[in-house]
Amino acid sequence: MYPNDLRYSKDHEWVKVEGGEAVVGITDFAQHQLGDIIFVELPPVGKELELKQSLGVVESVKSVSDIYAPVSGVVAAVNESLGQAADLLNKDPHGQGWIARIKIKDAKDLDGLLSAADYEKFLEGLERS
Amino acid sequence: MIKEIREPLVFEISAAGKRAGELPALDVPVRKDLLAGVPLRREIEDFPEVSETEVTRHFTRLSQKNYCVDMGIYPLGSCTMKYNPKVNERLSAHPAFAGSHPLLPEELVQGNLEVLRTLERFLREITGLDAFTLQPAAGAHGELAGMMIIRAALEARGDARKIVLIPDSAHGTNPSSAHICGYAVKEIKSGEDGTIDVAALEAAMTGEVAALMVTNPNTLGVFESDIGLIAGIVHAKGGFVYMDGANMNALTGVARPGDMGVDVLHLNLHKTFSTPHGGGGPGSGPVGVKKELEPYLPVPVIAEKGGRYVLDFDRPRSIGRVRAFFGNFSVLVRALCYIMSLGPEGVREIAELAVLNANYIRKSLEGDYHLKYATPSMHECVFSDKLQKEHGITNLDIAKRLIDHGVHPPTMSFPLIVPGALMIEPTETESRRDLDLFIGAMKAIAKEAKENPDVLRAAPHVTYVGRLDEVGAAKNPVLRWEKKP
Repeated sequence: MYPNDLRYSKDHEWVKVEGGEAVVGITDFAQHQLGDIIFVELPPVGKELELKQSLGVVESVKSVSDIYAPVSGVVAAVNESLGQAADLLNKDPHGQGWIARIKIKDAKDLDGLLSAADYEKFLEGLERS
Repeated sequence: MIKEIREPLVFEISAAGKRAGELPALDVPVRKDLLAGVPLRREIEDFPEVSETEVTRHFTRLSQKNYCVDMGIYPLGSCTMKYNPKVNERLSAHPAFAGSHPLLPEELVQGNLEVLRTLERFLREITGLDAFTLQPAAGAHGELAGMMIIRAALEARGDARKIVLIPDSAHGTNPSSAHICGYAVKEIKSGEDGTIDVAALEAAMTGEVAALMVTNPNTLGVFESDIGLIAGIVHAKGGFVYMDGANMNALTGVARPGDMGVDVLHLNLHKTFSTPHGGGGPGSGPVGVKKELEPYLPVPVIAEKGGRYVLDFDRPRSIGRVRAFFGNFSVLVRALCYIMSLGPEGVREIAELAVLNANYIRKSLEGDYHLKYATPSMHECVFSDKLQKEHGITNLDIAKRLIDHGVHPPTMSFPLIVPGALMIEPTETESRRDLDLFIGAMKAIAKEAKENPDVLRAAPHVTYVGRLDEVGAAKNPVLRWEKKP
């Protein structure tokens, strides 16, 4: 279910490392919990983000939630197409629904993220509670 | 079943020249000069023209599509949708109250000022706090005023501080109020039992923290039984304890926030002290404070001088006015009427019966619906759709199906710490019979989820409209009628 080439945070963001940049989005579990997503607030390009700092906001018919930076760095690009089609987060959360590219400041941040297998185990724990 | 015909908008039944009444011919001189120089509109474009029969039937039909607490249980968690006694309405509509202009001089509104002072006195007694402002227009407004008072007091000490701590089981407006007041919000996770993790709080409570904002009972309906200990930890580091009193219905006449170490509190009079508020207002969010914070209350404060009530504006440390005049006065009259008609024993019974009713529902449904937190609950209980999810049924399907049973659904998907939440607050005004009707509907739905889930997915079946396009409504709302070209 969860692609092996991505890494995952316990706040339900995913990260794909491409060169020195991290492509960031929210996981399938997150989009499922949020329900139909109607709006995504994107960070300005060039913004410096600390680890776990809010990089944007996702609004669904149920709730409004922060997206936390899974790595620290500078916002290199954002997915402008979400402005018109926020539902890409529901339809293709791990692909076309990417949110931002962050130029990684400290590669050590990646060590704090989970593999696909570990994230799935983490989700099982949540489901049990 | 025949689907009901859509009720047209009043604009759509309009036809030129129709009218409800006919005025007799003018038999006095015309004085157009009285309005000379005043900008007057000649006509209102597309103003609907309908007969008296049509306008009466249109609005009566619309009113019958509505659901209200006068029709049945309205168990919206954390909203305290209790039945509102009609005597409150009668008193607040009395011409002596409803007809008094807010700009009348003090000496002509001594009675109104006495209403406000008396209400303040009762609220002080019920909450254990030392002084109140009745100005804030609703709960979130009270939160902001309360946080501004804390900020002003800290600034007077020379250090406004930077952080406000808020548990993950707090009301959603709390972080917004702290943020608007210039504070960064730090979330405190709940422990296994759904209450504040005291060790986590202790670790987070530094000299940078201005306040802890706590909802008690919290949004799980669980009483923060460590509140005294928690307040001690916050006070030891020079911070203040703010309590969101939206769930005060669980405590009235039994326990007082002032005795628990709370420094600032807002009440939602429209919830706990009975004003119809399903349509979004008007509300009232008085803020109570401990003695130390009294100088910072909004102006004017009502004072007594030489046997008369006066408005005191001479308060140099006040945060200023937060609302025109005296707040939503008619709601304050209702609250006073409600408290006086119940008396001290009655006020205590509010909490006792509210807690009893919620626990009756919880006990009756605990085999049918999943309870994430087993901790005893107070005035509301939070189930989830976990058992129904096995059949592909979500809390939305359950809520929609309840409408078919003639019951207003509970609060859904909140608090966020319970996935698929159904947050039920029956309040004290429901009889055993009404509680059993609700429980019966919930049990029937749990059974349907197993045996006939498709019925739930397509619910509601007996209403004027079925499932609405929530995404469309949020993204492309149609907010006004426009004439077709």
